[in-house]
Amino acid sequence: MIGNYPLHLMILVLLWGYIYTGWSLMGRLGMVSFGHGAFMGIGAYTVVMLWNHFGLSPWLGAPAALALTAAVALVIAYPCFRFKIVGHYFALVTLALSEVTRLVITAMRDVTGGSLGATPNGALTEGRSVAIGALQFSDKWVWLAIIFAFWLLGLWVWRLVDRGMGRLALQAISEDEEAAASIGIHVTRAKLQVTLVSALMTCTGGILYAQYQLYVNPDTVSGIAISLQMVFGVIAGGMFVMLGPTVGAAFTLLLAEGLRLAFGNKYPALDTTIYGAMLVLFIIFMPKGILGALLDLVRRPRRAS
Amino acid sequence: MLSLSDISAAYGGFQALFGVSLEVRAGESVAVIGPNGAGKTTLLRLISKLIEPTQGTISFQDNSLVHVPPHQVVGRGIAHVPENRRLFPRLTVEENLRMGAFTAREKYQERLSLVYELFPRMKERRAQPAGTLSGGEQQMCAIGRALMSGPKLLLLDEPSAGLAPVVVQSIFELVRKICREGYTVLIVEQNIRQVLKVVERAYLLEAGKIKMQGPSQDFLRSEEIRKAYLGL
Amino acid sequence: MEIFDIYLLEAVLNGLLLGGLLALLSLGLNLIFGVIDVVWICYAELIMCGMYAVYYLHVQYHWPLYAAMPAAIVIVAMLGVLLHQLVIKPVLAAEPINQLLVTGGVLFFLQAAATLAFGIDFKNLGVSLPAVRIGEMSFSAARLIAFGAAVLGVLGLFVFLRKTYLGTAIRAISQDRAIMPLMGVSPGRIYTLTSALGGALAGLGSCLLVLQYDVHPAIGLSFGPITFLICVMGGLGSMAGGLIAAFVFAQFISVGGFFFAVEWGYVIAFAFFIGMMFVRPQGLFRR
Repeated sequence: MIGNYPLHLMILVLLWGYIYTGWSLMGRLGMVSFGHGAFMGIGAYTVVMLWNHFGLSPWLGAPAALALTAAVALVIAYPCFRFKIVGHYFALVTLALSEVTRLVITAMRDVTGGSLGATPNGALTEGRSVAIGALQFSDKWVWLAIIFAFWLLGLWVWRLVDRGMGRLALQAISEDEEAAASIGIHVTRAKLQVTLVSALMTCTGGILYAQYQLYVNPDTVSGIAISLQMVFGVIAGGMFVMLGPTVGAAFTLLLAEGLRLAFGNKYPALDTTIYGAMLVLFIIFMPKGILGALLDLVRRPRRAS
Repeated sequence: MLSLSDISAAYGGFQALFGVSLEVRAGESVAVIGPNGAGKTTLLRLISKLIEPTQGTISFQDNSLVHVPPHQVVGRGIAHVPENRRLFPRLTVEENLRMGAFTAREKYQERLSLVYELFPRMKERRAQPAGTLSGGEQQMCAIGRALMSGPKLLLLDEPSAGLAPVVVQSIFELVRKICREGYTVLIVEQNIRQVLKVVERAYLLEAGKIKMQGPSQDFLRSEEIRKAYLGL
Repeated sequence: MEIFDIYLLEAVLNGLLLGGLLALLSLGLNLIFGVIDVVWICYAELIMCGMYAVYYLHVQYHWPLYAAMPAAIVIVAMLGVLLHQLVIKPVLAAEPINQLLVTGGVLFFLQAAATLAFGIDFKNLGVSLPAVRIGEMSFSAARLIAFGAAVLGVLGLFVFLRKTYLGTAIRAISQDRAIMPLMGVSPGRIYTLTSALGGALAGLGSCLLVLQYDVHPAIGLSFGPITFLICVMGGLGSMAGGLIAAFVFAQFISVGGFFFAVEWGYVIAFAFFIGMMFVRPQGLFRR
C-alpha cells in the first residue's frame, strides 16, 4: 500500500505534468506565455466562487470557467497574432494578463477573500468520502485516477496537435511566419487554435487543482510567480518532446520536495535558492531540458555510426 | 603597407576567398574590381577583422593582424567605410563623426574641422539625424566618419552603390580628392570604368581568386576587361 | 464638492510624483534592453537587493544615509555587472526566449537567497520624514525627495548619453550593432558598462523606494511587472516612450486608486495596457 504522501506527490506530478504539457503546446511554437497563471486562476476561482456563492455545482461551473478562459484567451491572443507581437513583447503582454487576473481576484476581496484565499464549502460530511456533485473526494486514489486520465488526455492532445498540423507546419510557424504563410498555413488561425487548446487545458488544470487542494489563493493560482513556475518546469524537462513537460514537473517537484525535506527546517528558503540557481544553470547549459538532452545523447552516437 | 598573402576565408558557410594575395603601398590608391559575389566585400571585412581568415596572413605596417580583435584595427590606422554606408541613422551627423573619433578623442576638434573643410555640406547638416540625409550626403558622412580616426589606410566598400548617376560623379570626385590628400586608399567597386580613372592600380577578383593585377591604365586597355566589364 | 476636487488634485499630483519614480525604474530596464537586447526580468529583484543594502548599512552598521545610499548604488551596479558576466554573456547567442528566461531564474534565485539571508519579515529603515502640506493637500516628503532624485537621475543619464563618447556609443550600438568594432568600440565593453549603468539606476531606485516602503524578499513582485509594462507600452528600448508611459501609468494607479481600491488602479492600468496593444501594438513610441 502506498502512503498518502507519495500518493500526493504522484497526483501533483501528473497534475502539473498535464498543465505543463498544455503550456508547451504554445511554448514550442515560440509563443512563450507568461499568462497561463491567468487561465489557471480563472479556472480555479470561477468554479470555487460559483459553488460558494451560488451553490452552482463544479460540473456547471467548469463550463462557465472554460468559456471565460476561452474569451480571455482570444481577446489577448488575437491582437498579438494579428499584429505579430512575438518574443519579448508577447511574453510581457501575457505577463500583464497574469497580473491583471491576480489583481482582480485580490481586489474583489469581498467575494474572493482577497489575498487570504478561499476554501470551497465542504460537501464531505462524516462518513461520506465522495461528493460527486461538488467534485470533492477525500480518497486520494480517486484523485489519482481522475488526474491520470487528464494527464493521458493531455498527451493525446499533444499528439493530436502534432499529427493534425504536421510537424513541419509547426516548425514553420515557430521559425518563420512568412515562410509558413507562403506554404499556405493560415498562421494566425493556427496559432489561435493552439492557444485556445493550451488555455483550456490550463484552465481545467486550475479547476482540478482547486478541487483537489480545496484551497485557492490568488498568489498560488495566478500572477507572475505561478506563470514563471510553469515556464521553468517545462524548460527543465524539455518542451520539444511529448513527455518533457511531465519530466520537468516530476523533476522540479521532487527537487523542491527533496530540498525542502533536506534543509527545510534548518534553513528555510535554502531549497528555493538552490532551485533558482539550478534553473539558471539549466537554461545556460541545457536549453533543451533534461529529456531533450538525454534524447540527444542517445541519438547522437547512432547518427555518428 | 598592407599585405595579404595566400588568404582564404569562408563567409556564411561557404568559402568566399581562395588564396588571395594583395599588396597596398603607402600613398597608393588601389581598387579591387569584379562582379557581384566575387568576394570583394569579404576581402575588406577580412582586413578589418570582422571575419577571421581560415588560412594565410595579413600584415599592416609589418605587424600581423591575424590575432588582432576587430575593435583594435581602427587604432592601428585602418578605417573601413562599410557597404551601404551604415551610418547611425538616429544620431546626428556630428555625433556620427564623433563615433568615428572614438579611439582618437584628443584630436577630435582638429579632425572635425578637417572633415568639415573637406565636406562643407556636412557642416551645414551637422545637427541633422544622419538618416535624413540624401544618399550622396550619407556617403560623405560615412567617409568623413572614417577619416575622423585619422587613418593611414582607408577601406572603401562600394561608395557609389545605390546612388544616382550625377551623385556617383561627385563621389568619385571626392575619392580622387582624398587620394590627392595623401591617404592610402583601398577601394572595392562595381563601377569599374569610373574607379579605374581614380586609382593607380587595380586587382580583378573573380569567384574568390585574383585574376589580374596591374596599373589601372593596363586594365583600361585590356581587351578582356573592356569586353567583360566595360561593355565596349 | 470643493473638498472632493482638492483630493482629486492631490491624487493627480501624487500620481505625478509616482510617475517620476516609475520613469527612473523603467529607464534602467530600457537602457539594458536598447543596448544588449535582453530584458532583465529580475530587475526589480536587483532593486530589492539595493534596498536591503541601504537597510543593513544604515540600521545594522550605523552608516549615515548619505554614505549608505551611494554604497548601495555601487553594490547594485556591481550586481548588474555580475549578472551580465555570469548569466547574460553565456546566452547572448542563444534563443531570445532563453535570454528572457534565464533572468527569470535569477529572479527566483535572488528572492529565495534574500529570504535565506534576511528572513521574510518586513524591514523598515526607521526614518520618518514629515509630510509637506500645501493648502488642504499633503504630500509625503519621501515622495517629493524621490521625485526630485528621480528627475535628477533621468537628466543625468540624458546628459551622459548626449555629451560623452561612451554615451554616444551606447546610443549608437542599438542602431547598428555589427559595425561598432569599425568605430574601435568593443561591444563587450559597452555591454559591461551598460550593465553597470543599469544596475546603478536600479540602485538609485532602491534608495528612493526604501525611504517609502518596507523591504521584504518579495517586494520586487509588487513593482517589477508594472515596470516591464511601462517599458513595453513605451516601446521596448525607447527611453522617451518609457518616460511618458510611466507618467500615464502612474496616473491610472493614483487616480484609479483614489476612486476605487488600490488594486483597481493597477487593474485599470493593465487593462489600458492591453487595450493599447490593439491600437498601437508596437508601443507608443516604437523606434
